[in-house]
Amino acid sequence: MNIVVCIKQVPDTTEIKINPVTGTLIRDGVPSIINPDDKAGLELALSLKDSFNAHVTVITMGPPQAEDVLREAYAMGVDRAILLTDAKFAGADTLATSHALAGALRKLDFDLLVTGRQAIDGDTAQVGPQIAEHLDLPQVSYLEHLDFDGKKTFTIKRRIEDGYEMLQVDGPCVVTVLSGAYRPRYMSVSGIVEAYSKNVEIWGFAQIDVDEKDLGLNGSPTRVHKAFSRGVKSAGQLYEVDSTEAVGIIMSKLKEKFII
Amino acid sequence: MEKSAYKGVFVFVEQRKGIIQNVSLELMGKARDLADALNDKVYAILVGNKITDKAQMLIAHGADVVVCADAPELDDYLTEPYTQAIYHIVNEYKPSILMLGATTIGRDLGPRLSARLGTGLTADCTKLEISEEKELLMTRPAFGGNLMATIVCKEHRPQMSTVRAGVMRKLPADNSPKGEVIKIEIPFKKDKFRVKLLKSVKEKGAMVDISEAKILISCGRGMANDEGLKIIDDLAKTLKAQVSASRAVVDAGLVPHDRQVGQTGKTVRPDLYFAVGISGAIQHLAGMEESDFIVAINRDKTAPIFQVADLGIVGDAKQILKQLNERLNG
Repeated sequence: MNIVVCIKQVPDTTEIKINPVTGTLIRDGVPSIINPDDKAGLELALSLKDSFNAHVTVITMGPPQAEDVLREAYAMGVDRAILLTDAKFAGADTLATSHALAGALRKLDFDLLVTGRQAIDGDTAQVGPQIAEHLDLPQVSYLEHLDFDGKKTFTIKRRIEDGYEMLQVDGPCVVTVLSGAYRPRYMSVSGIVEAYSKNVEIWGFAQIDVDEKDLGLNGSPTRVHKAFSRGVKSAGQLYEVDSTEAVGIIMSKLKEKFII
Repeated sequence: MEKSAYKGVFVFVEQRKGIIQNVSLELMGKARDLADALNDKVYAILVGNKITDKAQMLIAHGADVVVCADAPELDDYLTEPYTQAIYHIVNEYKPSILMLGATTIGRDLGPRLSARLGTGLTADCTKLEISEEKELLMTRPAFGGNLMATIVCKEHRPQMSTVRAGVMRKLPADNSPKGEVIKIEIPFKKDKFRVKLLKSVKEKGAMVDISEAKILISCGRGMANDEGLKIIDDLAKTLKAQVSASRAVVDAGLVPHDRQVGQTGKTVRPDLYFAVGISGAIQHLAGMEESDFIVAINRDKTAPIFQVADLGIVGDAKQILKQLNERLNG
């Protein structure tokens, strides 16, 4: 059984702050991590490796420093790592990103393709299903649990708003995993040591099977028209009064608003 | 692409077991605005099994035309049958704009469809408006709500976006307008139906949709103990309000996750939002700042919540809420 896991290196957005003077993002010193949903996906793949002796390949698209997340994946126990990087991929929106990844995945043989549901820097949840479409594979998103029958059939628990669904699909297929679904294992000490001697394959446009017009900025239907820090709504009145007076103020406002 | 051939503001109407989801009616309200700005029509795409009788309700909520695909293949949501149906409708009608709810259905269907159509999709928009060039400006949060980005889809049609529940406003039902209902047959390619639904399970527990509440009293870290929650519950009963909470309180296990407000919880816009003991992390503000009237009570007068509050009170929330409840009942 062959599994490919797509992972993304993301800034830990919970650590990002806004410079209150300039209104810009402070990204200095913000650590880069494996996107949490993707890391749960890695654990799903590694648990199938434990049970079914699956071969696990991990792939990431990004700048050269994205190699770090591949080393981390090696230390967790994956068998092969590919860094997809090329100036032709730059400026890609989700559709162009999915085309580049699909181009690489056409060169790989797999029974199961795992992605995270969404990345914490964009929260779009689009790249997984878009890859599935380009490769003409069935998809199951919002995966909370997966069972494999050891042959070719997956039974998947999909989390939805007011409950869950149980779905069945044969490989090859694409699943997108929720971060809460699998608790990622720690890197082993020997794994960390070995991770730095393992080979990270570097793939560019020349190594993949995709139409160049679908890549990068030119292949992106969407553009950022403008980006801005969240505009602060003008604050209302602030009262620093004793509780009796405060209650009076609230009561009069609620009356004014016809709430009481 | 000949952009002028693409017309109409289309909404994918989400139904579950035949029940039209609120998020779709909210989108219809927004679609009405956008269509009026474009001097164009609102189309509702209604797909499912035995659902044609729901078309009138969509007209009452703002649709000019309902395009209805009623087929047993569309009984429960599954990615491929639904993608085939909407893909067929898009190719027949050539929408300028196509909106979907940012639900577990819309966020599964939307990207699949956008890839099949080869067009752009902007997820989780919080604001949609028409530019002077008659293009759709789609604004959404990024970097965990730290940054807002306005996205355009200039050269591809339809311009697709998803919107979370609670972000847009539905129109009050008006049964007077006459709309058109068009039934459409979908030429399914059934050999592509490769995922089978074994069962769909609703989980027990009182499901409360805080995004539907008119009044929310939201508990923050400063009130996150038994006494504080009791005071909030009492006041909620008096005001017929629902209780919601910030992430810290949900993470501490004091309030269930379906009541969490914010970037990783729900977006709410009640008539009245009480932020009690909530400092106002940006992720929280992202989920509630569109509320009609915000009352914030916090000990710390520098708390960011006061930047979005219409009425801010610096003080002891427990005392104030207790007294408020007494006076309301007195």
